[in-house]
Amino acid sequence: MADHLLEVRNLSVRFHTAQGVVNAVNGISWHLDKGETLAILGESGSGKSVSASAIMNLIDMPPGEITCGEILFDGIDLLKASVEDRRRLNGKRIAMIFQHPLSHLNPVYPVGWQIAETAMAHGRGKAEAYDRALALMERVGIPNARAAMAKYPHQFSGGQRQRLMIAMALVLKPEILIADEPTTALDVTVQAEVLSLLEELKAETGMGLLMITHDLGVVAEAADRAVVMERGRIVETGTPHELYYNPQHPYTRKLLAAAPGKGEMRSTPAAAAPILRVQDLRKSYGGFQALKGATFDLHAGETLAVVGESGSGKSTIARLILRLEEATAGCVLWQGDDLLTKSPRQMARVRRQLQMVFQDPTQSLNPHMSVFQIISEGWAIHRDIVPKVQWKARVAELLQQVGLEPGHALRVPHQFSGGQRQRIAIARALALEPEVIICDEAVSALDVAIQKQVIDLLGELRNRLGIAFIFIAHDLPLVGDFADRVLVMQAGEIVEQGTVRQIFDAPQQAYTQRLLFAGLDADPDIHATRRSARLAMARG
Amino acid sequence: MLSKRAVSSFVSLLVLIVLVFFLSRLTGDPASLYLPVDASEAMRENFREINGLNDPVLVQFGNYLSDLVRLDFGDSLRKARPAMDVVLEAFVWTLWLAAITMVLVVVAAIVVGSIAAFNVGKPFDRIASVFSLIGASAPDFWIAIVGIVLFSVTLGWLPTSGTGTVWHWVLPIAVLFIRPFGLILQIVRGSMINALGSAYVKTARAKGVKSSPIIFVHTLRNAMLPVITVIGDQAAALLNGAVVVESIFGFPGVGKLMIDSILQRDFNVILAAIMVTAIAIFLMNILIDVAYALLDPCIRT
Repeated sequence: MADHLLEVRNLSVRFHTAQGVVNAVNGISWHLDKGETLAILGESGSGKSVSASAIMNLIDMPPGEITCGEILFDGIDLLKASVEDRRRLNGKRIAMIFQHPLSHLNPVYPVGWQIAETAMAHGRGKAEAYDRALALMERVGIPNARAAMAKYPHQFSGGQRQRLMIAMALVLKPEILIADEPTTALDVTVQAEVLSLLEELKAETGMGLLMITHDLGVVAEAADRAVVMERGRIVETGTPHELYYNPQHPYTRKLLAAAPGKGEMRSTPAAAAPILRVQDLRKSYGGFQALKGATFDLHAGETLAVVGESGSGKSTIARLILRLEEATAGCVLWQGDDLLTKSPRQMARVRRQLQMVFQDPTQSLNPHMSVFQIISEGWAIHRDIVPKVQWKARVAELLQQVGLEPGHALRVPHQFSGGQRQRIAIARALALEPEVIICDEAVSALDVAIQKQVIDLLGELRNRLGIAFIFIAHDLPLVGDFADRVLVMQAGEIVEQGTVRQIFDAPQQAYTQRLLFAGLDADPDIHATRRSARLAMARG
Repeated sequence: MLSKRAVSSFVSLLVLIVLVFFLSRLTGDPASLYLPVDASEAMRENFREINGLNDPVLVQFGNYLSDLVRLDFGDSLRKARPAMDVVLEAFVWTLWLAAITMVLVVVAAIVVGSIAAFNVGKPFDRIASVFSLIGASAPDFWIAIVGIVLFSVTLGWLPTSGTGTVWHWVLPIAVLFIRPFGLILQIVRGSMINALGSAYVKTARAKGVKSSPIIFVHTLRNAMLPVITVIGDQAAALLNGAVVVESIFGFPGVGKLMIDSILQRDFNVILAAIMVTAIAIFLMNILIDVAYALLDPCIRT
């Protein structure tokens, strides 16, 4: 028992909120050994981060309350230790990195100082602290580390910021590193790099790594063991292999079933006439070319996926087509007319046929409008769709269509979960009976089970109503399940396009291959193959 | 950037001069104020002739501008001295009053606001919030009068008005202090609460940083950014001359000077006072911008 590096026993934490008491975790127990990677897998709200916060003494009390349990580290129960004793452990022997490095780094101090601060907070001299900071920045692969020390967080890319966080955590060679969704906000290729960096550092230092994630792919890639959490309880523990090939608990099975990338790929139907033709579309911001000439067609009823890393110009295409931003050059032919030359009044009439669903429904739905107002607002503008007397009935119908209840019409967005909000956003788009729906990362922020529900819903609407989709996404397995054709974008250019089978089975461009290999798959065996392919590419 | 600001400020200043020049002349004829009631029409005519008030208004304006280019702001009718000298004399008083008040306000608001933010919902926070709300909303003329009645008349601790000793400064500063203190305290508190709940504070705690550097190093600097804007606004209001407070306490600052000059139709002094305060506020805004850039590296790059 006492041999474990860190052991959480029977921990229960609850939060006192305005809505009453929420039990975040209920009597959970797990342990972490030296040199081991333990993953805590769960969806949002499962309580997967709570035990880590308890270890680091980051739970605000109140509203939090630790009702029972022990956290054993180095022979002491952390929950009984004094605040000062726990502070001495934090950063020195147990360190933590977080999901959003930009907000977790202090914006007004140079990164070199922030990394050195970990050492200085534990009594190291300034010179030594800065030396260590420099060494670690070099180790985690920050180019020109010495000059980079004086820079500020906003001057780095997302992947570099996470590397800086890792450097900051490892300054004093902690025995345990807790990584809370360390790669969720990163592109697939960067995610793979950061995970392998963590793996290397773990091997070098022999530290125990606790990885909190919602991503089965991360578990398959990085973990030695995983615990699966559902609603504050641990439902299953095992190696990634056991969990994937022999899941015991229904919840684990449900998670695995929801993981994208296992369905049959769609075979493209006979090409109908294109309804939307985009020709040499360009956009520059000052001297920066965000989009360097995109040309493609969208056929009636087809799903065209646009994939690529962040900054590749995926979303720019969507915004230019809908004229949420004005293009620098090119044309967008919609049923033979160029949308880019239409007057605002003409454009307003076309808009009902081209609808958009955005990434974050929390931001894209007006928080002060009821669901009824949100869905029916378009009808007040495009008056010929639904006569006013039928609005109520039609809203109810739409809500049912997206799997919500008619009674939800009078609620406001914050009363719904993320997945439900995205359904409202889809119902809103459907209300105008469009021919094309553009989904800009519409399911990226959702948990995997809810993501599957939304994707299934979109698929059903596609079959039933013949709507064409432009599906912007960075999640390749999802694209493989859902799309007919794929555009691969890199640095503002379409580098490859083809049917989903062509792209996934026989990618022509090195960039496409790299994207595909970098993607994490829930299957640990597929993983091993991909990893060796990735290494081969890196060497070649 | 700076030159662009200077040009646009200069244009606004010109417009202001035009407006004030013509509007002030609508208030009436200075001759009827400066000469005895029974002065003859010839005397009045003579007075107007000497002071150039007989020319058509446009000609007067042309003369004023051409003098202005040579940095001649004209003479004060009332004091028979260069208007600029009169204004600068008063402005020094106002500058001291504003500077001392603002330093006290900023220090007090930041300290009290930070402590309140660190103790949200506890008695200290509640009391500070109530007082700051009262301070931010109470009318200053009323506070000034109550202050005089209480501390000068009833208790006899402080002089009622004028200048001369340190004690003469106490009441004007105290009265001017209250409103900006209440306002800035609220901003500091809100901004600090935000910053204390931010992700980088979590990181700092996970690094094992002690509480006091978390407050004073990690959060305070971030929390100061919105506060600086409000400090600038409030300081500008004080530089403009605290008209009411200076008048009540007979404090010889630029606010009182402006009111007196308007009542006395001392046109040149009004114009000079407006130019001096406008330039002071322009310089203040530059200071605020510099402070912003120093605190926030995102703005610098």
